[in-house]
Parts: sequence; structure tokens; C-alpha cells
Amino acid sequence: MKILYFAWLRERVGRTEEEIEPPADVATVGDLIAWLAGRGEDYAHAFANPRVVRAAIDRTHVKADTAIAGAREIAFFPPMTGG
Amino acid sequence: MSQHGPVTVRLQAQDFDVAAETAALVRGRRDIGAVVAFTGLCRGSDAGEPIAAMTLEHYPGMAEAEIGRHVAEAANTWPLLGVTVIHRFGRLVPGDNIVLVLTAAAHRHDAFAAAEFLMDYLKARAPFWKHEERPGGGRWVDAKETDHAAAERWRAPRRRRDAAE
Repeated sequence: MKILYFAWLRERVGRTEEEIEPPADVATVGDLIAWLAGRGEDYAHAFANPRVVRAAIDRTHVKADTAIAGAREIAFFPPMTGG
Repeated sequence: MSQHGPVTVRLQAQDFDVAAETAALVRGRRDIGAVVAFTGLCRGSDAGEPIAAMTLEHYPGMAEAEIGRHVAEAANTWPLLGVTVIHRFGRLVPGDNIVLVLTAAAHRHDAFAAAEFLMDYLKARAPFWKHEERPGGGRWVDAKETDHAAAERWRAPRRRRDAAE
């Protein structure tokens, strides 16, 4: 699946997007955040506080307990500051 | 809302013209009695500290979809006769336009309420992020709890379509 990062999450991870294949036991958005946080120092820094990380699956806002099965595109970003 | 009026949602780097957008929304119409226009601008300071510029990052594809969902919700809630939402991205300097919301209705209460609803949701839910250039360096703007609360207050009790008619 394709993962996108925005704003300071993008800066900390050091990339705008990537293709990943998480293991089968990564079932929810929260699981995915925990798995990504274990991929290295930059990821650990980006996901140090999951409480301030928002997520979207296929361009719709989702919560941490949402299942990721079937997702094509998952985005991570901080709380929004538009308008 | 297609049976009631036009919906325009645009994300763009370039500026917009409020008068031209308003004229386009009402052109040829005899049913519109009220148009509310909200324009958000880039400020040159915050809490006494100067801001030289800000850069708006957005999530292409999702931003349009999310704004479209909220326009549809507004149209289901108030009897609107047209909506225009334009949100800029890229680097903006103080005095520049950031966002335009136009809501058209037969009566002002519906146009005012829908415009406020759309702005509250844009600030809290549309995938945009502001990065400011301050004297000490660049910083991402923190989401304000007041903006979150402003969006949440529309959830309950549910607004009415018929109260202001």
C-alpha cells in the first residue's frame, strides 16, 4: 500500500510517500503507526506522539482503530490548520 | 445541490477576485436574495511576533473531496442556491488572500449559517497545513483547540433547514 506524509510528519520521516508491505498482524491504523515507529530513528521521531497524528484512508479521515485491510492509500499528518 | 445551484470548489496557487467570483455565482439568477462572502487573509503578526510569510501545504485529491463533502452537508442542511469555495496553497505573504467561501440563498440567515459552518469545518477538517516564517525560523502552526471546538459545535444539536424560513 502507498503511504503519504504531510507537514512535520513528512519532514521528520524525510519523504513524501513510499510503498510498504506491513506484516499481516498490522490490522489497524494504530497498529500501522506502531509498526512504522519501529522502522528507525526518523520514524520513531515522527510518530513519537501518536495522539497528534491524524490519518486518512483513501482520502477519508479515519480513527486509530480503523482496519487497514483493502486500503490503497494511507496518509499521516498533524491536526489540520487550513482556512 | 445541483438541482438548487452551482457548486464550485477550487484549490489554486494564484489569487482570486471576490467580486468576479460573486458575479459569476449570481449571474442570470433571480432567486438569490443573499450572498455571504467570507475571505480569510494572511496576517503579518501573531501574538506580537512578525510573520514574514506562510506556506500552505495540502493533500491534493483529499482536500477537494473533503471540501466537497462539507459543501454537500451544508446543502443538505440549509436551502442554498449556490456555493463557491476557493482555497489557495503555496507561499503567501501578509495581506494575501487565503480562502474564499461564498454562500447564496434566498434569505440571509441560511447564507450566514452555511458560510460559518463551512469555514469552521475547513479550519478543522480540510487537509491543509500552515508553515510560518518567523524571526526565529520556520514553524508549523499548531491546531487551535478553539477551531476544533468551533467545528464540533455544529454536530449537535443538529441544525434545521426550516427554522429560518
